[in-house]
Amino acid sequence: MTDVFWLIPFAPALSSVVLVLFGSKLSKKWVSLQACGAVFLSFVFALVAFLGSLKISPDNFPIVKTLFPWIGAGSFQAGFSFQFDPLSAVMVLVVTGVGFLIHLYSVGYMAHDTGYTRYFAYLNLFTFAMLILVLASNMVLMFVGWEGVGLCSYLLIGFWFEKPSAAAAGKKAFIVNRIGDMGFILGLLFIFVAIGSSEFSAINKAIGQGLFPQALATLIAILLFVGATGKSAQVPLYVWLPDAMEGPTPVSALIHAATMVTAGVYMVARLNLLFTFSGTAADIVALVGALTAVFAATMALTQNDIKRVLAYSTISQLGYMFIGCGVGAYAAGVFHLYTHAFFKSLLFLSAGSVIHALSGQQDMRKMGGLRKYLPRTFPPFLIGAIAISGIPFLSGFFSKDAILTEAFAQGRYFVWALGLAGAVMTAFYMFRLIFLTFYGEERIEPEAKHHLHESPKVMTVPLAILAVFSIIAGYIGLPAVLGEKADLFKRFLEPVIKPPAEGHIGAGTEWLLMLVSVAVAAVGISVAYLFYLKNPRIPHALVARLPWLYKLLYNKYFVDEIYGAVIVNPLVKGSDWVYGHFDLKVIDGALDGSAAAAGFFGKALSVLQTGFVKDYALVFLLGAVIFIGVLLF
Amino acid sequence: MIPPGYFFILSVVLFSLGIIAFFLKRDLITQFMAIEIMLNAANLAFLALAGSSNFLDAQVIVFFIITVAAAEAAIGLAIVLLIFRKKKTIKTETLNSMKG
Repeated sequence: MTDVFWLIPFAPALSSVVLVLFGSKLSKKWVSLQACGAVFLSFVFALVAFLGSLKISPDNFPIVKTLFPWIGAGSFQAGFSFQFDPLSAVMVLVVTGVGFLIHLYSVGYMAHDTGYTRYFAYLNLFTFAMLILVLASNMVLMFVGWEGVGLCSYLLIGFWFEKPSAAAAGKKAFIVNRIGDMGFILGLLFIFVAIGSSEFSAINKAIGQGLFPQALATLIAILLFVGATGKSAQVPLYVWLPDAMEGPTPVSALIHAATMVTAGVYMVARLNLLFTFSGTAADIVALVGALTAVFAATMALTQNDIKRVLAYSTISQLGYMFIGCGVGAYAAGVFHLYTHAFFKSLLFLSAGSVIHALSGQQDMRKMGGLRKYLPRTFPPFLIGAIAISGIPFLSGFFSKDAILTEAFAQGRYFVWALGLAGAVMTAFYMFRLIFLTFYGEERIEPEAKHHLHESPKVMTVPLAILAVFSIIAGYIGLPAVLGEKADLFKRFLEPVIKPPAEGHIGAGTEWLLMLVSVAVAAVGISVAYLFYLKNPRIPHALVARLPWLYKLLYNKYFVDEIYGAVIVNPLVKGSDWVYGHFDLKVIDGALDGSAAAAGFFGKALSVLQTGFVKDYALVFLLGAVIFIGVLLF
Repeated sequence: MIPPGYFFILSVVLFSLGIIAFFLKRDLITQFMAIEIMLNAANLAFLALAGSSNFLDAQVIVFFIITVAAAEAAIGLAIVLLIFRKKKTIKTETLNSMKG
């Protein structure tokens, strides 16, 4: 049954092609049906493959299916081949499952948009590219998916391209990702040079046989991680993700929360043997992840745009996933990826529902008291916020705790402390968002209030489903303290991810750690309650007391401005100079010069062309005489 | 039997007359006739050579040349006619619209 796995990516691809070619002739109803149906079909295939794979013994993974030999240039061989193993299974289920719900939601959200067909064509294409990425059995094909999702991300961020800010955001995302992709390509080429293949199985085998020198492995892992920081929005390449919120909200949920941005985490987990073997690279991953988790969380504290808060939150949560990978708990990182996909897409979609209800308003200062107007949006939103804050019994608690516990168990106290600091802020900013949006006084503009309405069923039903999963998704990965076999998720992934060397912490310590993270979340929520419901004067007083800190956070540490001044501006200025001095003068000069020379000689020779028949005949006669003369004498 | 040398002399004379007429005359029709004379001078030389060496194929080829020349003359005259219609003259010293 698992053999059908290679069919998974093709339904969305086909649907996308049909929408691009014949979209203008199809009715809106058919477009929705086809786009959602294609992803649902993929989901069914994924489910069948997953259920089949449960019966396969761990030694038989991965199952590889080569569709056709793709690139064959001398010793450089790459097949168009897919592989299926537990890690791919998790990713494929997340991509198609969450993806289907978001497609469904989009039917309602984008209903009045003129680019309806184009939107679904892009969304289907994205699903296809993402599935290629997670199913590829070699780095080269994975790179195709990697770039494909980047392209779709660009297209969808700039979906409303008539808005200059959206067009600029799309461009920024594309260019920043390009910087990371260069690392990815270099890493890929180094792997190829080292072992002559880019198949994941060959890489893992080569590591087992010790074909990689330690230094080379570290270099490759770091280069690949540079690619991951671009795609997964980590320090220092995270700057594109907040701007990416210019796209439609379901896009933010699908691409910039649940799937594409987790590609970096997936890649690191896929190459976990390489990162573990290198050691140094894994340390860097953990450190970058921890820094990002805290750094992004601080920026989320002061944002007023509801989607931007969620964007910084996504960056921060991706940081947690990298902490998990970096400390060797790859399974915990992937587990957080999986739970995060539910609760963060839930949060984005609920935020989209709020924005939809308020006719496009995203500023939380112009919300408030929405609880009673949006009775079907508020509960899912609250569940998402509780899940991400790390309150026990919801999915986010289990996955975040698994990461932090493992970090502690591996003796990475610094990383653990940073993660904990991030957790306080996560709870704080999420509940700040909830209180500002749904509680307190109404600050809605009269115009928006006039149109205020709850979203249609096609939008709220996906919210309800995601809310259910945000609650229950965590129970397949219970903490180890509840029993050796409690962590089903980890055991499921074991064929791909070897569990780390056991950290030495007792059950008591583990309970204590759990208690600490719960306490931390509670503190965050209480402070948010105090600041934004009980006594709204406190934040103002704090801002008045520490204006520089507020300014620093509100302007996101001026990172965009610094990048602009240090990198972008010199590049633009330099390019302008080269354009003015080299392009215009040297290149254009050479071209214009050769054209002018040809023109000059043409002009000079055209004197011979008198236009009189007799002149030509005379030349002809002279030529004939000379020719005959030469022949005769 | 007239020796072929005479034919050759006649051919050369005709050809030279053609050239001279072409360069001295100033209207297209006469120049065209000069060209025809040159062509037939060449034909005559061809036939003289064929007759003296009993070579029949050459005579057949000359027939072809005459046929082609007839077609060519028709086209040439048509061109001259069109030029006259357009320019109201066939004086070659005024026709230089193809000047570079």
